[in-house]
Amino acid sequence: MRYLPLDASERGAMLSRIGVPNIEALFADIPADNRIQGLLDMPLAKSEMAVERAMTTIANRSLAAGSVPFFLGSGAYRRHIPATVDHLIQRSEFLTSYTPYQPEIAQGTLQVLFEFQTQVAALTAMEVANASMYDGSTACGEAMLMAHRLTRRNRSVISGGLHPQYVDVCATLAHMAGDKIVRLAPDLKANEDIAAAIDNETSCVIVQSPDFFGNPRDLTPIAAAAHAHGALLIAVFTDPVALAAVRSPGEMDADIAVGEGQGLGNALNFGGPYVGLFATRAKNVRQMPGRLAGETVDAEGRRSFVLTLSTREQHIRREKATSNICTNSGLCALAFSIHLTLLGGVGLERLAKVNHANAVQLAERLSAIPSVEIVNPHFFNEFVVRTPRPAAELIEALAKRGVIGGLPVSRLLPGAGLDDCIIVASTETNTEDDRAAYAQALGSCLQ
Amino acid sequence: MNVQGRPTRPETVASSMGETFTGNRGLDMEEALIFETGRFDATGVDIDEPPSFHSKLGPHGRHSAIELPGLTEPEAIRHYVRLSRNNYSIDAGLYPLGSCTMKHNPRLNEKMARLPGFADVHPLQPVSTAQGALEVIEALSNALLTLTGMDAIAMSPKAGAHGELCGMMAIKAAIEARGEGETRHMVLVPDSAHGTNPATAALIGYSVRSIPAGEDGIVGAEAVRSALAPDVAAIMLTNPNTCGLFEREIIGIADAIHEAGAYFYCDGANFNAIVGKTRPGDLGVDAMHINLHKTFSTPHGGGGPGAGPVVLSSRLAAYAPVPFVVREGGALRLIEHADGCESFGRMCAFHGQMGMFVRALTFILSHGADGLRQASEDAVLSANYIRASLNDVMSAPFGDRPCMHEALFDDRWLKDTGLTTLDFAKAMIDEGYHPMTVYFPLIVHGAMLIEPTESESKASLDLFIMAIRNLAIAAKAGEGRGFQAAPVHAPRRRLDETRAARQPVLRWTKPAPV
Repeated sequence: MRYLPLDASERGAMLSRIGVPNIEALFADIPADNRIQGLLDMPLAKSEMAVERAMTTIANRSLAAGSVPFFLGSGAYRRHIPATVDHLIQRSEFLTSYTPYQPEIAQGTLQVLFEFQTQVAALTAMEVANASMYDGSTACGEAMLMAHRLTRRNRSVISGGLHPQYVDVCATLAHMAGDKIVRLAPDLKANEDIAAAIDNETSCVIVQSPDFFGNPRDLTPIAAAAHAHGALLIAVFTDPVALAAVRSPGEMDADIAVGEGQGLGNALNFGGPYVGLFATRAKNVRQMPGRLAGETVDAEGRRSFVLTLSTREQHIRREKATSNICTNSGLCALAFSIHLTLLGGVGLERLAKVNHANAVQLAERLSAIPSVEIVNPHFFNEFVVRTPRPAAELIEALAKRGVIGGLPVSRLLPGAGLDDCIIVASTETNTEDDRAAYAQALGSCLQ
Repeated sequence: MNVQGRPTRPETVASSMGETFTGNRGLDMEEALIFETGRFDATGVDIDEPPSFHSKLGPHGRHSAIELPGLTEPEAIRHYVRLSRNNYSIDAGLYPLGSCTMKHNPRLNEKMARLPGFADVHPLQPVSTAQGALEVIEALSNALLTLTGMDAIAMSPKAGAHGELCGMMAIKAAIEARGEGETRHMVLVPDSAHGTNPATAALIGYSVRSIPAGEDGIVGAEAVRSALAPDVAAIMLTNPNTCGLFEREIIGIADAIHEAGAYFYCDGANFNAIVGKTRPGDLGVDAMHINLHKTFSTPHGGGGPGAGPVVLSSRLAAYAPVPFVVREGGALRLIEHADGCESFGRMCAFHGQMGMFVRALTFILSHGADGLRQASEDAVLSANYIRASLNDVMSAPFGDRPCMHEALFDDRWLKDTGLTTLDFAKAMIDEGYHPMTVYFPLIVHGAMLIEPTESESKASLDLFIMAIRNLAIAAKAGEGRGFQAAPVHAPRRRLDETRAARQPVLRWTKPAPV
């Protein structure tokens, strides 16, 4: 077997050194009745060529987003990722190292995390960021729990514009922990009155901007309302590129900013692995979940980096820890960081501008089709399209014509009365030909 | 002399050079932060200005510039390559971190995960266009169920601790469905457990009752029985446990737990020792997470991403979180909503760590039933080989008995040397090895937990054993080999961790103008 270096004679020699007659003797602690005799009912080992053939056959049964005009976002965005990113993250020293517990031989990972934390803090205009979370949705749930610890309250108010699956993650956590949730109804045009739902028991208000339907939101009055009641504002985003176009969480007085970082450096991957971004005010850092890299010096006085403030964490604090999290999303954070390092602030702003321009041009094209309504007055790169035809059926019909036209809202919000709505997204990867193909296909599907 | 006729031995003249002018030491290079070398008006990505258009941002445009430096491609590549060289990695050497399972990461797995039919598929594409992706989830689910002998699986948890949370939530949902949510709120956790176990229990509002491991390092069924009461919801037991031992009384423990109306959560972090040798489903387990990044070789990536699918017994299957995949006729369908079923809810957006599923499935197909069993056997054999080869120079806390996939030592043998486990670990760095896991499990004083995995050749194991033996002999001989100064040959000497925690500097800030 190509991955197993020991051969039969070596195994024999090793058993002799150990002083047992056979390998079974080393498994003697397993109750005899429960030991597997022979092999489990699975295929035997295969050559690399055979495995590659089998996996490729499966892969070919999915439609690759890059092979068609593709306009789906809703929390995951198809971006052009510079070739440099994937090359660098496959460096053995990044790919096959562990969490940097021995900092003397892990400065590479640690400095990357320190740079990543600085980038995330700058992007969100917050003071500190952690070394990443599993993804945006779990970062959102952890932010809610952090707000409960900071305020010693347990009631969350959740905007109807929060990604429905993020809402479900928060609701599941809240139910399990015995916390309260007030969830506002989905609201296409962001007219909801969040302030009215905040009371003196409220721990936090969770609002996404741009929201699930694509509306950029002014969170400043919500922050003020929350703070007036002693509650915190958790600002959520699902595309890091949007933060280069719309007002950042920090500018709008958010206390905690969380979001999905996949949109930089990371492929769609059918939903994972992604990278959660998590930032807050410096005064809250000791209640922040997740790993943190900090600066220090070594015995020779040289600047060095190390995991720090670990007294918050489960391996020290056990049941009193701020979270049960023990890993982050290191390699995805590295990909994010490399992509952002290549872009720089000016490149990111230009990328955001192209995303916005493409979405505006798409909206203009689609709105020219009779019976198509663009719902949002304002948007960044994602907006809601309303048509007379049920959206789920329409999206299937478009797919049959080779266009992935967006998300039928009913897929994530069944029963919300939004069955005629599609959320459409555009990134820099879309061309004029893609837009023409979409408009043409949509026009004929609506005839 | 080589063929050019130049001497191959360096001059014996002592160098008068101490520190270098650059701070570099040959291949060991210093690298500044991107914020210090990059220009804030530069970019390494060429993006055309879009044609003029009417902004639809309304009043919501960002006010402040994003102050981030940009690097061109050659600068960026050099930055990250130089940083990478300061990391130890499995590809470069034996990485014996006990409980972390640093096995070889096959490169075919990486190649398969990047096929466009996996990597370039959106999680919310019409399901009719994502059948291959769902097939990976189905195939991996079936393989994991076969290997564990369990009844159901939740694929979405994103890491081991997330899987623990998922399993414990399923248990809590089952207890609430029985109407015992008010009375059962206690979780039994052995004192040898990973810190994530008690942290997970606390996260869902459960209290933790610690149970002591026995003198022999395992949890006794009697100890569990005496801790059981009507308030107990579950036990969280790691098997093989954190001392590297198989829990010999597991059947008795499972029976006691079930008789008391509680559930058996098994922490599957160490499943890699027993794949193909026994099945958790036959041992009375109700829920167990599987670290795909340990047992099934998905890369650790400097701290993630992981993946932590959870297998469930029939007693818990109904409460599994969404989403899950079902086969209807010839097509696969995704169930994404918990309404109308007993599912406890949702762990994360989308469907889990697909990129890791592809790698794990590739690993399983490559190994097959025979290779997976052989991998477990080689991992256990190699750990015991190390144990048997170091037993006479180091001290084992639980006597001279076989271990599973990792060999545990304590620090009694360092008594009177003035050295600690940490000193010994740092000296290993100078010898070119990543240290073993140290000071864990907490119940063993100065613990050193060595896990070689199945990926090492005998020659590699022998070199490692020789290095550790020599270090141990030197430590006991009081040879003053500078253990307390170690490491001296690494990119950094020991770090001032106290300073990092007392005056946290968690980001770069622009230096104040002079």
